Amino acid sequence: MFDLDKWQEIFSTINKNRMRTFLTGFSVAWGIFMLIILLGSGKGLQNGIDAQFRQDAVNMIQFGSGTTSKTYKGLQAGREIRFTNEDYEFLRKSIDGLDKVSSRYFMWQNRVISYKSEYGVFDLISAHPDYIDIENATLTEGRFLNQIDIQKRRKVVAIGEPVRKALFKNGKSPIGEYIKLNNIPFQVVGVFTDKNERDATRVYLPISTAQMISGGADRVHSFAVTSNLSAAESEVLEKNIRTKFAERHRFDKDDQNAMWMWNTLKEYKKFSNLFLGIQIFVSIIGAFTIIAGIVGVSNIMIIVVNERTKEIGIRKAIGATPLSVVSMILFEAVLITGLAGYIGLVLGVGVLSLVSSILPQNDFFQNPQVDFTIALVSTLVLILAGTLAGLMPALRASRIRPVVALRDE
Amino acid sequence: MITLKSLHKSYVTGNNSLHVLKGISLEIEKGEMVSVMGASGSGKSTLLNVLGILDNYDSGEYYLNGMLIRDINETKAAQLRNRTIGFVFQSFNLISFKNALENVALPLYYQGVPRRKRNQIAMEYLDRVGLKDWWTHLPSELSGGQKQRIAIARSLIGKPKVILADEPTGALDSVTSMEVMDLLQEINDTGITIIIVTHEHDIAMRTQRSIKLKDGVIETILYHKSTYKAVSSF
Ligand SMILES: Nc1ncnc2c1ncn2[C@@H]1O[C@H](COP(=O)(O)OP(=O)(O)OP(=O)(O)O)[C@@H](O)[C@H]1O
Ligand SMILES: [Mg+2]
Repeated sequence: MFDLDKWQEIFSTINKNRMRTFLTGFSVAWGIFMLIILLGSGKGLQNGIDAQFRQDAVNMIQFGSGTTSKTYKGLQAGREIRFTNEDYEFLRKSIDGLDKVSSRYFMWQNRVISYKSEYGVFDLISAHPDYIDIENATLTEGRFLNQIDIQKRRKVVAIGEPVRKALFKNGKSPIGEYIKLNNIPFQVVGVFTDKNERDATRVYLPISTAQMISGGADRVHSFAVTSNLSAAESEVLEKNIRTKFAERHRFDKDDQNAMWMWNTLKEYKKFSNLFLGIQIFVSIIGAFTIIAGIVGVSNIMIIVVNERTKEIGIRKAIGATPLSVVSMILFEAVLITGLAGYIGLVLGVGVLSLVSSILPQNDFFQNPQVDFTIALVSTLVLILAGTLAGLMPALRASRIRPVVALRDE
Repeated sequence: MITLKSLHKSYVTGNNSLHVLKGISLEIEKGEMVSVMGASGSGKSTLLNVLGILDNYDSGEYYLNGMLIRDINETKAAQLRNRTIGFVFQSFNLISFKNALENVALPLYYQGVPRRKRNQIAMEYLDRVGLKDWWTHLPSELSGGQKQRIAIARSLIGKPKVILADEPTGALDSVTSMEVMDLLQEINDTGITIIIVTHEHDIAMRTQRSIKLKDGVIETILYHKSTYKAVSSF
């Protein structure tokens, strides 16, 4: 199999027919290069969207009150629905399959927050202790809100890392310090990080405290819950919540305006389908790229054999057997496609890693990378295909009768 | 060396069949130098191609070195050509991207001779045809006479028993033609059988006998007195 002399002969032919070699090699290298870029970009897109969802718990359902748009059992449309703390208790007791539960009281005012002479504008969110898990945030110091904070309506807050950076510039621990919201001092009990930049620039306070200081009594605006359910089960849960709340608050359960709902798992599922779509799309384009590469290689091989008819005739006249002609052309094809394929692979992977290092952190496109096995397999497929593409013309060449090849035009 | 018994060959193109060789019987002894003459289209090249196993024939018998050449496969034919026959063509048929040395060495590549060895032998043959200093040149950088001498060196390197030359001087001027003939004469003196197809009388005169073809049959065979070897086998 490995005959050094044969390879030397092939290498010298390749070396002396550089243009031909370049053209063959280029179509292969280009095919592989495009394939790698394509696969990598698809992966980058997927990574980006994936990361979007990782920021929050994937199996989260949020819902909140609105205004009815349909009449219900003699009640007029346009009625405002109001949720209260009782709904929170109801949710905990009467709905099965919930893991974490938190209600929220919206307080759009009160956003300027200060510590001594430093101040900044941050989102102020009132919540239950479970909310840290719902947001998929991580504590870095101290503790998050707890049940006692809720019961005693303590004036405590947990702040995000960016908030700490903005207010506590001397680098000392903010735990136990008092920051002012609307001139009311709150004690910092914890610091957290969140993968989502916007969710990190927040200040969390107990919902009971928020209701108290803004005179909201027991009013609740929205709920956020998580579950450990599958997408299908999560949809049943969503329906169950809607039905039960429609009964309690007497509105038509099909009235989307009376109660809005957002099911992350359902949305994630939609995006999963999008991923699948992207993957299918990438695979199809990839397959076409490979096919185009094969067609390119076989075209060039046909031209090469035609161009070499005379040479093959000469070789046969001086003693080349049909087998030696086939192997000469095939080995040449393998050598060129192999080398070019490798170059395309290396360039493709190189460009991908370059792009991923210079691309600014982007929400929808992250770490374009290619599964090395896939890249290697597709390169091998193209090399194999290139070889097969070379086989037909090679066989044809081996059957060329020397008289025909040598005839002077 | 070569025996032909009522050899026939037709070219079939589409529905037409052109009967080119119409019963050639011929004997050529080992060490002979023979010329084949005849009008254009009389079948000289066809005959030479059959002799060189570059083409097959329809009926009759062809013995090369005592072996019947009929229905032999391409691989066997290639080996026979490689070991027993050397070709010299009017248009040289050198491989354009290979230099003089590589062209001369190529038959040895197909004999499986290692590269270093075959280049060394090729150098000796280049020396023999007086072109040792031109070994790096590509065919495009050589004159017609030089190219033909390279081709002759290539035909010799496989140590053939027969050299078949189809109008070897057809593309050369008369002075160069005579130089090439001197070279072929030298080769013939070493005992190698040579068959030359030619249109030129002074070329034919330098061979021992001329076989004249007309319409696919041998018209006459002319023995040239000037040559020192008298052959009378036919
Ligand atoms: N491959 C072929 N197919 C069909 N006809 C052919 C083929 N080769 C040669 N012929 C025909 O056979 C006849 C003999 O051709 P050949 O080449 O043997 O002639 P030649 O004696 O060598 O002529 P020239 O002196 O011109 O070289 C010619 O009529 C030619 O047209
Ligand atoms: Mg001819």
